[in-house]
Amino acid sequence: MELSYQTMRTFADSWGLLYMFIIFCFVVFWTFRPSSKPMNDDAAQIPFKEDN
Amino acid sequence: MLTATPIILTGAGAFIGLLASAFAKDAFFAQHMAILAIILTIATVILLKRFQFSSPAQIQRREEAARSVYMDDVIRWGVIATAFWGVVGFLVGVIAAAQLAWPELNIQPYLNFGRLRPLHTSAVVFAFCGSALITTAFYVVQRTCRARLWGGNLAWFVFWGYQLFIVMAATGYLLGITQSKEYAEPEWYVDLWLTIVWVAFLMVYVGTIVKRNEPHIYVANWFFLSFIVTIAMLHIVNGLSMPVSLLGSKSYSAFGGVQDALTQWWYGHNAVGFFLTAGFLGMMYYFVPKQADRPIYSYRLSIIHFWGLIFLYIWAGPHHLHFTALPDWAQTLGMVFSIMLWMPSWGGMINGLLTLQGAWDKVRTDPILRMMVISLAFYGMSTFEGPVMSIKTVNSLSHYTDWTIGHVHSGALGWNGMITFAALYFLTPRLWNRERLYSLRMVNWHFWLATLGIVIYAAVMWVSGITQGLMWREYDAQGYLVYSFAESVAALHPYYVMRVFAGLLYLSGALIMAFNLFMTIRGKQRIEAPLRNSPAPINDKPVVAQPAQ
Repeated sequence: MELSYQTMRTFADSWGLLYMFIIFCFVVFWTFRPSSKPMNDDAAQIPFKEDN
Repeated sequence: MLTATPIILTGAGAFIGLLASAFAKDAFFAQHMAILAIILTIATVILLKRFQFSSPAQIQRREEAARSVYMDDVIRWGVIATAFWGVVGFLVGVIAAAQLAWPELNIQPYLNFGRLRPLHTSAVVFAFCGSALITTAFYVVQRTCRARLWGGNLAWFVFWGYQLFIVMAATGYLLGITQSKEYAEPEWYVDLWLTIVWVAFLMVYVGTIVKRNEPHIYVANWFFLSFIVTIAMLHIVNGLSMPVSLLGSKSYSAFGGVQDALTQWWYGHNAVGFFLTAGFLGMMYYFVPKQADRPIYSYRLSIIHFWGLIFLYIWAGPHHLHFTALPDWAQTLGMVFSIMLWMPSWGGMINGLLTLQGAWDKVRTDPILRMMVISLAFYGMSTFEGPVMSIKTVNSLSHYTDWTIGHVHSGALGWNGMITFAALYFLTPRLWNRERLYSLRMVNWHFWLATLGIVIYAAVMWVSGITQGLMWREYDAQGYLVYSFAESVAALHPYYVMRVFAGLLYLSGALIMAFNLFMTIRGKQRIEAPLRNSPAPINDKPVVAQPAQ
């Protein structure tokens, strides 16, 4: 298959878009999964650790 | 601690500057290199006077003592430089605004509007905001990694190297040296110098993160790091050019026509996205929780905010090129991504504001926290306005008018300015080990002067921008334009005068800040009534009926 400008932009707005969207869904899932809560709560406290 | 290396390098730089000036191919380059040689000679003399000869044992003792504390000397200089460039940048802005209102104020050739305008934008964006970013990045990365800056004197090189970049850029504009790319005006040799400084900045930052004593990298560092990495990429690609001569000031861009325009606005918009947004969000995610004394509302939202912002911002640039030779689909792409940016922008703003949940009463009594809140409010407003203006239908009215200028200033004065002022007020008493600021009431004055200045500025520019846009597109029944361009210029005069007034308000607030910080550094405290004034009741008991006598 010839790699033309048209091929690239068609790929970008179909599979490329799907790929980005899956990554986005994964990031949201990974961040909000229940078992990540303690780690995130701990990280939020980092600016205050120097005070102790 | 001062070693011999910087003295030798500065001295050599001064000599090279002198040679470059002597053998220059054009007069601009000769003048600019002479300025460089003078600056570096003065720097060499100052460094030589500060040099102390010590025995190896003394040096080792000093190095060990330094290792046990944060590297804050460079940050103290950064605070002073930020306040200084702020006042300079706002002053040049007021002068440029006055030149638009009263053209007689154009002093030819060095101080005409064409040269003062880039001086103003670079002074506020690169000198004021850039110094603020380097300063706070160094402060925050040390505190959240609980590690001293990596690289020893490299942090000093980053700070002074960046200041040299600012001075070279500024003097270049006044001499008339420019590569005519908005927000990237410095010519090739100044660009190369900035690249070296920036790589050193990246090394210090990453080095400190690598040697951190904290398992997690706090979210503020992610924003700062994305700012440093992306600005390096943008600056290098947009700065690709071929100099006419190695000893001349002129260069030509590697790109031509519409490719050059797209590269420029890919750079230009991401300078807004990563310099003025991502870097400042790094400041927000550290200083807002610290000043409110409570952790960020949702750490998880901050992660989504980060990745959303990073992935979307980079595509928004083409909205600067609506209705140009840029392919139509690229314009639409820029518009769609700009609109999608609403989500991460507002997610971040809400995250910052909700950090105050349960502590909103502090906004009444703490003017520093109030500055942070208003900066977030302006962040929200300008990131709402921006996507609206990127919609092609709106853009056909707003583009090339003062509406754009008003939009930029509500973001820059409101979001960047206010959060920087708040950070400076936060840092100064801590860095100089003072109990409190010289005066909190002056912070309050600064807050109201600046807020009033921004509100007047933005409102006036809306009116003048829409006036301009409507006058330019007014056709008569025969299809001829109703107004000449000069008529639209004349119609704006009252708004330009009002803008000068708004700028003066903002500048006077900054002057009050400079005085307040100066007195704080000197260790003075103004005797004043505290901002919270709700005295305990004197007669704190219920009314009891007295028995008749």
